[in-house]
Amino acid sequence: MLRIALAAVAALMIGPGVALAQQGPLRIEITDGVIEPLPFALPQFVAETGDAGQMAADITAVISSDLTGTGLFREIPQSAHIQRFSAFETPVSYADWQAINAQALIVGGVSMAGGKVVVKFRLFDIYSGQQLGEGQQLAASSGSWRRLAHKVADVIYSRITGESGYFDSRVVFVSETGPKNARLKRLAVMDYDGANVQYLTDSSTIVLAPRFSPTGDRVLYTTFETGFPRIKMLNVGNVSAQLLPEIPGTMTFAPRFSPDGTSIVYSMEQGGNTDLWKMGVNGSGAARLTNSPAIETAPSYSPDGSRIVFESDRSGTQQLYIMPAGGGEPTRISFGEGRYGTPVWSPRGDLIAFTKQHAGRFHIGVMRTDGSEERLLTASFLDEGPTWSPNGRVIMFSRESSGAGGSSQLYSVDISGRNLKAVSSGGAASDPAWSPLLP
Amino acid sequence: MTFAPKAMILLAVLGLAACNNPDKYGAGSGVVDPGGAYGDGGISQGSISDPNSPAYFAATVGDKILFAVDQSTLSPEARTTLAGQAQWLAAHPQYSAIIEGHADEQGTREYNLALGARRANSAQEYLISQGVAGTRLRTVSYGKERPLAVCSTEDCYAQNRRAVTVISLGAGS
Repeated sequence: MLRIALAAVAALMIGPGVALAQQGPLRIEITDGVIEPLPFALPQFVAETGDAGQMAADITAVISSDLTGTGLFREIPQSAHIQRFSAFETPVSYADWQAINAQALIVGGVSMAGGKVVVKFRLFDIYSGQQLGEGQQLAASSGSWRRLAHKVADVIYSRITGESGYFDSRVVFVSETGPKNARLKRLAVMDYDGANVQYLTDSSTIVLAPRFSPTGDRVLYTTFETGFPRIKMLNVGNVSAQLLPEIPGTMTFAPRFSPDGTSIVYSMEQGGNTDLWKMGVNGSGAARLTNSPAIETAPSYSPDGSRIVFESDRSGTQQLYIMPAGGGEPTRISFGEGRYGTPVWSPRGDLIAFTKQHAGRFHIGVMRTDGSEERLLTASFLDEGPTWSPNGRVIMFSRESSGAGGSSQLYSVDISGRNLKAVSSGGAASDPAWSPLLP
Repeated sequence: MTFAPKAMILLAVLGLAACNNPDKYGAGSGVVDPGGAYGDGGISQGSISDPNSPAYFAATVGDKILFAVDQSTLSPEARTTLAGQAQWLAAHPQYSAIIEGHADEQGTREYNLALGARRANSAQEYLISQGVAGTRLRTVSYGKERPLAVCSTEDCYAQNRRAVTVISLGAGS
């Protein structure tokens, strides 16, 4: 009865007994149809050395937060568990977990020695009564324990969904303080879940729209430090930054890396008109990509680097266009009511996320790269600036409240439109940009 | 309601004049002071009653023109104000100006930067057409980053869709 209901409602079950872990019976298909979260049990990881108790508890909590935060998984509280694990090797009593309707069980152990943390874990498919995939062991310095937990959660997510995870990743954003007419902004970076906020600039000048390099080691952003918008490239490791060259008397902004990390596409304003340009990351070889009296801005490369999606008001209002990466005739892809801006190509290549303005409201939405199947995921007074999770399943964006006391906060939403939630960032924040999965 | 915005404009002039004159104040200080974006940047603005002062320019000649939603074309009122600015600049060749373009919050960040640049350029071109040397003028866009009025209704938006001519000492580039 229960198994039938679960299979029917959630479409989670695939044929049993397949050898490969990735195609095993415990499986979530991440489509628009996942409504019923998969119940999992996560006993606190076993402390295998005397001093590892707190670390084991902390790591278990982060794994739980990662999985439940997706909206795809529901944790069965530890108080309901029947079997208790006194050792990592304790054999699993499948009946005890079936009795509380767990579908997945995660068992782990944590040990500490010489400033290092070692985590090992196993994932079990309760209904088929077998382990899903090999057990794994990961080690890191104790200061990086959260990353260990995220990596464990990424493996579990990946084994159950068949897709790569996104938990071991970071977000660069603009931290905001001060009143609306004198807002102070500074760059900050944090773990995807809001932990470990680190400030990368002071708030002595306006900074906007940071973007990670494909390897996550550098950030492009726009700064007013010269008095005029200019593009700067920051090394995340040593927090040093340098202005990129520009033609005197122009403004440059809206930069983004190419997928191979060798070039930058950006907007340059000359004589009141804004066009798209590109240059090498070393600042050489600036070349014009568009040449029209309209505004062309907010460019974003396709993951294979062959095309660029951008916004232009050449039709009279802001709309989305795609052109070859070297320039050339653009094709308009947005045709719905309202205005479309800030397009960002999904890392999977299949969708383009955008900001839409219509009838006094702002929306985050997605459409196919030919403009079909437009879906709006959010609606508010002011939502803008989507950025993709590394696996292309979640979108983070800024949401600003209205009025004199209005302030901006980060939100995330699944591409299904579900699981809309605020993202912690240690205060008001805007312009998030998600890193790739960390190495 | 009429006094408060003018006071804010004047303060903005002080702060941004400092901000946009790195040659005079050193590149290191070419930033908005974190404690007061609208603080005194060190330029004497003089008295509002002194027709030769930047303070008079801001308050009496009018340093600000307004735009319709998503537009950068100049209204008749804007042209009148700009013509007055051009006359004042002609009589005070020791000053140059930076024209700031601004947008209301109803738009995406990058687009509003580009829109502000269009507005600043419209004002600059009109000033040039009225005889001001282009070498005395520069433009900058703040997009929606520096609203003058902070409410989220058309009353405030109308004040924020603006170009502001900020006077500073120096004959320009």
